[in-house]
Amino acid sequence: MKTAETLAEGKKIHIIGRVGAFLQRYMAPLFISLILLVGHLSFGILEGYETVVITIGASILVDLVVGKLYTGKWKNLASAYISGISVSILIRSTFIWPYVLTAAISILSKYVLRYRGRHIWNPSNFGISWMLFFAPMYVAGLSVQWGNNLLPMAVIWMLGMVIVYRAKRFHVTITYVISFLVFAFIRSFITNDPFLAEVAPLTGPMYQLFIFFMITDPPTNVRSKKGQILVVFIVALVEFILRLNQFVYAPFYALAIVGPVAKFIDLRFFSQKNVK
Amino acid sequence: MNMSHKPSLAIQILVSALFLMLLSIPIILGLKLKDPEVKKSNEKGKNDALELFGFYLEEAEELGLDFKHQSPKLDNQLDHILPQIASVGASVSVCDFNNDGWNDFYLTTSKIKESNALYQNLGDGTFEDVAGELKVGDINKTGTGVSMGSIWADIDNDGFEDLFVYKWGKPELFLNIQGNEFKSISKQSGLPSWINANSAIWFDYNNDGNIDLLVGGYYKEGINLWQLENTLIMPESFEYANNGGRNYLFENKGNGVFKEVGQEKGLASTKWTLALGAMDFNNDGFQDLFIANDYSVDELYMNMAGAEFKEIGKESRIGYAPKSGMNVSVADVKNDGKFSIYVSNITEMGILLQGNNLWQPVENSDQIEFKNNAGVMGVELGGWSYGSQFGDLNNDGYQDLYLANGFISAAKNNSYWYDYSKITGGNKSIISDATNWPAMEGRSQSGYQQNKVWVNNSGGVFADVTEYVSGLPPYDSRAVAMVDLWNRGVLDVIVANQNNVVSVLKNLTNKVNNWVEISLEGTESNKSAIGAKVTLVWAGHSQSQFVSGGIGFSSQNQRRIHFGIGENTSIEKLIIQWPSGKQQVIEALEINKIHKIIEGDENS
Repeated sequence: MKTAETLAEGKKIHIIGRVGAFLQRYMAPLFISLILLVGHLSFGILEGYETVVITIGASILVDLVVGKLYTGKWKNLASAYISGISVSILIRSTFIWPYVLTAAISILSKYVLRYRGRHIWNPSNFGISWMLFFAPMYVAGLSVQWGNNLLPMAVIWMLGMVIVYRAKRFHVTITYVISFLVFAFIRSFITNDPFLAEVAPLTGPMYQLFIFFMITDPPTNVRSKKGQILVVFIVALVEFILRLNQFVYAPFYALAIVGPVAKFIDLRFFSQKNVK
Repeated sequence: MNMSHKPSLAIQILVSALFLMLLSIPIILGLKLKDPEVKKSNEKGKNDALELFGFYLEEAEELGLDFKHQSPKLDNQLDHILPQIASVGASVSVCDFNNDGWNDFYLTTSKIKESNALYQNLGDGTFEDVAGELKVGDINKTGTGVSMGSIWADIDNDGFEDLFVYKWGKPELFLNIQGNEFKSISKQSGLPSWINANSAIWFDYNNDGNIDLLVGGYYKEGINLWQLENTLIMPESFEYANNGGRNYLFENKGNGVFKEVGQEKGLASTKWTLALGAMDFNNDGFQDLFIANDYSVDELYMNMAGAEFKEIGKESRIGYAPKSGMNVSVADVKNDGKFSIYVSNITEMGILLQGNNLWQPVENSDQIEFKNNAGVMGVELGGWSYGSQFGDLNNDGYQDLYLANGFISAAKNNSYWYDYSKITGGNKSIISDATNWPAMEGRSQSGYQQNKVWVNNSGGVFADVTEYVSGLPPYDSRAVAMVDLWNRGVLDVIVANQNNVVSVLKNLTNKVNNWVEISLEGTESNKSAIGAKVTLVWAGHSQSQFVSGGIGFSSQNQRRIHFGIGENTSIEKLIIQWPSGKQQVIEALEINKIHKIIEGDENS
């Protein structure tokens, strides 16, 4: 009897453990999907579901095919899903093809832009930055808000903080936010624009997705905690310079410039061995 | 991503090549695409335009027009962003105020102590400003605000069109006395003392034969933009703002008296309304309302037999995605009897791609439902778009489209867009305070944009023919009105430009195509026949239009309904659905003629 009880207990713990591991692994894609669903049902942030479905589909398809060719295995698609959904939220176009192209570029960048066995660009950051810079006639960035109340924003910030904390990236997000605020203050002093105007972008969904998903991307972060803090500070600094030069998509470009350089240096000089 | 299994060199090369190819696509497309703002107008010449498209819009000169719109100077606390606050007010409304058969037009200016203009058509190709003489011009007095637009309708059914001017300030209503003079009845009419309005239309909401008035509020009615109590006057959100002005529905009680019934009839929203449209979407005989809102979703109100209005924007899909709605114009673009609705928004390449909407009724749907087909129909991308109007510019039997573009043309190569995108992405607590908005400092924003002309290639597929058919300078255009100014059976175009002269575009056609114009007079229905639906049937074609009491941003077209019928030489019949519910059918209408038809009069 005791043995049966113990077995049952053991099974329960095992199941809870599996569920916990599942949530841990898929927390990010679940959270970003929830954001998208709530945002769309509440505020219609997407004009239709077609672009999301097609973009995620393109992202997954490319990752499946190229992943199989490169690794010989069928990949876990959580990463492709996040890239696809990020692209579908963060860019806007009146055509469908830019979404597909951005998704494909994002995923392929993981396989092509590599150093010592690691991809050095955050995939969706690379794809989005490339399209925003080279295809402004067809693509713009996300400008929609999460409604006009503080409550949804507060909820997203809280949940986002929990997720980055569990992913052991809280220090990255908080460093960026503090750096952004400091640089916003300096910028307002230089430009003579109100401080709140410089801070305003931080309160929008584009930044919330940026600080919770993009700059905290584990595969493209440098290894050490101190290094991560330093890199994200430099991202904020480069963004500061880009903003002084009136780049609307300054955060994307800043990460696209700093991220791979930092990753390269990290792999070249601080990595003790190649990643298995 | 870790890779324990190293791919073959061939696969690496293949994938890299694919990657490079994809990267090059946006670069190649960018190199090929010309910037639409710098496309040269009039490249192909007038003769080519006439041959290819059947018309050319030539800026008419020596008309006797001496008018330039001016923006207001507001409270000093708004000085740093004045150009964008005071960016509207140029308007045009067309009316034959003296019933001499020639279309006149009224223009507004928006500066204190400056006078609006009423240009009387002298019938010889020239116009005379009679606003001063008829006392309908000097209404931008200190303390009363400034004009934003005007609309005409016969409110007392005496056969003469009366004038309503909406303002950021005290609205004005003038009774037309036999076409010889105007009498202000603003005080006794029941209108409020102050509305910050940018839109209004006349329509008979309860079908009682008296024309009623809908006025759309933009800024909150309690705000005096010349004496601000505080700077919390901006929209609380770029997409979800509900802190705009209320809308007003003034029910015409007769004798020049109006009673405000908006709230009790369900028109309670406080979005930032910029354009209104009234038409019967569900064919129940009552005019419904389409409301284009800035900083929010648009709205569709179904008229429940005059008892109340029910908002179905989300269910009908038109009120789902928030944009910057600035215009409502309506037409039967596919000649299938179904009306499409064109709403203008903002498109700025690389920054904000809202796209204009062309809402078309969904086929085989049990409920009122629309789909945005602007993309497939080719009319999605304008610029910072304001007013637009449909009209058969080449008389080929299909409704073409003219669109006004351009926001603020100031310093060239110096754009405010970066600062604008910075603040508008922010939370309500930041964006709603004008103090937080970065100073414009003389910069442009979506300035120097060309207006657009689209030809309907039948079936509702449009082609952009701007560079061929129009040589207008890139003014910051606001309102558009279609009008047969010279009574030639051809639709000319009047464009009201912000801080600039008015553009009168004379439509030079190739005179191959035929036409007919219908002037309606109600007897049981309101005298202006506003709300009447007219369907012309000819040579296997048919097209429906309706008489409106104002349509398009800050504009009103001529009252006469204009049909082009192509090279066909006969008309089968004209079907009129009067607002009273009566139907009148007129067979074999003579072509190339203006017809006056009186409700119930079989001899018309």
